[in-house]
Amino acid sequence: MLRPYHEVLMRSKLDSLLPYSLLAPTLLFVTLLIVVPIFQAFLLAFQSADGSFTLANFQKMANDTSFGDALKFTFLLLIFIVPLQVVLALVMALLIHTRFKGHTFFLYIYAIPLAISDLAAGIAWLSIFTERGYLNSILNQLGILEKPFLFLSYQNLPAMFGTIVVAESWRATAIVMTILLAGLQVIPRDYFEAADVFGANTLKRTLFVVLPLLRPSLQNALIIRTIFAFQTFSVVFALAGRVVPVMAGESYNWYVTNRNPGIAAAYAVLILMFTVLATWFYFRFLQTSAAEAGYD
Amino acid sequence: MNKQIYTIALIAIVLVALVACATPTPTPIPPAPTQAPASTSAPAPTTAPAPTSAPAATKPPEPTKAPEPTKPPAPTAAPAQPLVFLSTQNVPVEEQEKMRTVILKDFTGAKTDFIADAEGAVVDRIIAEQKANKVSVGAIGVLHGTFPNLLAANALEDLTPLVSKLSDRPIVKEFMTLGKLGTDKQYYIPWMQATYILVANKKALQYLPANAKIDSLTYTQLAEWGKNITAATKEKKIGFPAGPTGLMHRLTQGYLYPSYTGGLVTTYRSDDAVKMWTDFKAIWEYTNPQSVTYNNMQDPLLSEEVWVTIDHTARVVNAFRNKPNDFVSAPAPAGPKGRYYMSVLAGLGIAKGAPNKAGAEALIEYLTRPNIQAIYLREVSFYPILESALPADLPEYVRLEADGVVKQSKASDAKVALLPIGLGAKGGDFNKVMQDTLTRIVIKGEDIKTVLNDQANQLNALMTELKAPCWSPDPPSTGACQAK
Repeated sequence: MLRPYHEVLMRSKLDSLLPYSLLAPTLLFVTLLIVVPIFQAFLLAFQSADGSFTLANFQKMANDTSFGDALKFTFLLLIFIVPLQVVLALVMALLIHTRFKGHTFFLYIYAIPLAISDLAAGIAWLSIFTERGYLNSILNQLGILEKPFLFLSYQNLPAMFGTIVVAESWRATAIVMTILLAGLQVIPRDYFEAADVFGANTLKRTLFVVLPLLRPSLQNALIIRTIFAFQTFSVVFALAGRVVPVMAGESYNWYVTNRNPGIAAAYAVLILMFTVLATWFYFRFLQTSAAEAGYD
Repeated sequence: MNKQIYTIALIAIVLVALVACATPTPTPIPPAPTQAPASTSAPAPTTAPAPTSAPAATKPPEPTKAPEPTKPPAPTAAPAQPLVFLSTQNVPVEEQEKMRTVILKDFTGAKTDFIADAEGAVVDRIIAEQKANKVSVGAIGVLHGTFPNLLAANALEDLTPLVSKLSDRPIVKEFMTLGKLGTDKQYYIPWMQATYILVANKKALQYLPANAKIDSLTYTQLAEWGKNITAATKEKKIGFPAGPTGLMHRLTQGYLYPSYTGGLVTTYRSDDAVKMWTDFKAIWEYTNPQSVTYNNMQDPLLSEEVWVTIDHTARVVNAFRNKPNDFVSAPAPAGPKGRYYMSVLAGLGIAKGAPNKAGAEALIEYLTRPNIQAIYLREVSFYPILESALPADLPEYVRLEADGVVKQSKASDAKVALLPIGLGAKGGDFNKVMQDTLTRIVIKGEDIKTVLNDQANQLNALMTELKAPCWSPDPPSTGACQAK
C-alpha cells in the first residue's frame, strides 16, 4: 500500500532535521561557554576601563618585566615537553598495544596522573625536588649525595627547568598515550598480517605500517598537547614561583593578584593566537587524507 | 522555508528541554537542616550574652562556650537570613578551616558563611553589590588600609551605635580611632592584629656575629650572620617568603624600605634606597635560593632548609607548634633609620544595606570577646586588639612566638609602618612594583639605580591614577603620593 505523499515528505523532512537537532545541544554549549567568552575576552583585551578601544593593555603587557621571560619559557617548555611526551607516549601505547600479560595493570598505572589536579601534581613534585625532599633524602641515604642538591634554585635554571619538564611529562603524557592507544586500536589487524606475510620485522612494521596509519591520531595528540602546553602553569607555579613565568601563569597573576582583567585578557588573546597558529601548522604539515582519517 | 521553521522550532524545543532539565534540582531542596523549627521564638539575635566572665580565668582549655544560651550543640537562634562574612584575612586553607570549625563554632547570632579571598576580589564584590543595589555581604573583615576604599564607595554602615555595646571590652583606643577613618563616625571595629618577626633555629645562634645580639640585630649583622652560617655549614640558610603567594613584598614595604629610608613611596629611588638594596643583596648572598618557592616560612624552618627568617606571625607559628624547643623568635632587624616593623591591623565592618545587619553586629560582638580573641591567638596566631595583657594560660608555642612580638614593639628603636592605605583593588599592582623590583635587582642582578628609576616611574603612575595620598612612614602629602 502506498503512503500518502505528504506523509513521505514529512518523513524525509524530519530525517533531514535530525542531524541539526542532534547537533543543537553541542552548538548551544559551545556558543554559550566558548564562543561568547572568547568574544568577551577580545573586548576586555582591546578596551580600556571607559569602554573606548585601545591597545594600551597590549602595550602594558609587552612592557612588563616578566613578558619576555614568559614568552621564552612557554616556548622552551613547548619545545622540550611536546616531542618528549609524544615519543614517550608512543612507546607506552605500543607496549600496551602488544597486549602482553598484565598490560591493563600498566594502563591503569599510566592513567593515574590524568585523575590528579595540576596544582596537586605540582605540590607533589615540589615535595620530591625540594632541598629536604624525597629525592635528596633518597640520594643521601644511598650515599650518592653528601649535601642536598638544590634542584629548585634560580641560580641553577637548567635544573629548575628540568624538574618542570619531568613533572609536566609525568602529568600530561597519559592523555597523549590515551589518544595514541585509541588510534592504534582502530588500525585493522589485516595490515599487520600483510606486513607479517611480507616478512617485516617489528621495527619495520612500526615504521612503515603503524606510524603512517597512526598519523591522524598523532595529529590530534600533538594539537591537544600543544594547546595544553600553552596553558600550563600550576606545575610551573609550584616548582619555580615567579622565576619561571609562563604566559598562562602571567594571565592568572594579572587577573587574580593584580586585578587587571584587561592585561589578563591580552595574554589570553595572545595564547589563543599562538594556539591557532600551532593548530594550523599541524594541519598543514601533518595533513591527513580523508581516507587516512577514516572518513571515507 | 518550511525547513528553516522546523529547524528553529526544534532548536527551541531542545533549548526548552535543556532549561527544564537544568532547573528542577535546586528548587525543592528544603532550607538548611540546622534551622531548628522550635527556635524561632528564641531571644533576638542581637542581644547575645554579655561576656562578663573574666577572659580566660574559668575554663582554660576550651573557653569557647558562651555562658547563657541553653542549647549549645545546635546553632539555634539563626534567623532565616544567613550571614555572609567576607574577609581578606585567614585566606590560607588551614586558617579558613580553623575559622569555620573552631572560631565561629559557638557563634549563635546567625548561620555564618565565612568566605576568604584576595583583597581585590573582596573589594570588587562589595562595591559591585552596592552599585547593583543587591547586597548579599553582611560582615566585612579586611585590613585597615582597605576600608578607605569601601568608605569612598559609600559601602560601609555607620557603626557608631554599636560602640556603646562594646564598651565593656578594653579595645586599644588608637585602634578605635583608626576605625573612624578620619571622620567622626565609627566605620570599623578593630578585629585583630599581626606583625612580622624574625625566627631563628637555635642551631644558628652560635654563628651570630661577635658583637651582635639577636634582640637588637641590624640588617648588616644579618648578612654577617648568614655569611658565618654558610662558612660553617656550606649551606645558605637565611630564608625569605619570596614564593608566588609569599609576603616578601610586605617585608620590602614595611621593614626594609622604612628602616633604611624612613619612607616607602617618596623615597623609592633615593640614595638610601640604593644602599638598602645593596645591603639586601649582601643578605641574599647567603639566602637559600629556594626562597623563590617559599610561600610561608614554617615549612622550610621545620625541614631546616632555613635557619633564619622573617615572616608573618601566622605563617611561622607551626614551627613553634611542632618543635617548640628548636626555635626562638626575635624582633626584626633594624636599619639606619630605626627598627621599623609593620603593624597589621584588621577590622570588622558591615556592608551598607546588609541583609542581616543584626547578625553582622552579633558577629562583631562575638569576635571581639576576650575569650574569642584568645582563641584567635591560639588557633591562627593573630593577636588581640585588647589592652589587657595576653592571657596567662597561653600554650607554649604561642608564648614562644609572642615573645618576639612583644620585644619588637617594646624595642627602644622600634617604629611602626602601616600597610598601604587607600589602594583598594589596585593593592596587587602596588605589590607588583615591589615584587618586580626585587626580581630585577636580586634575582636577575640588574643595575639598582636603573631598576629603581623604572619602578619608581611605575609607582608614580599608579599613585597618580589612584590619587592616593601618602601614609605613614611617608610624610603626609596634599596630592597623590609620589616618589621623588
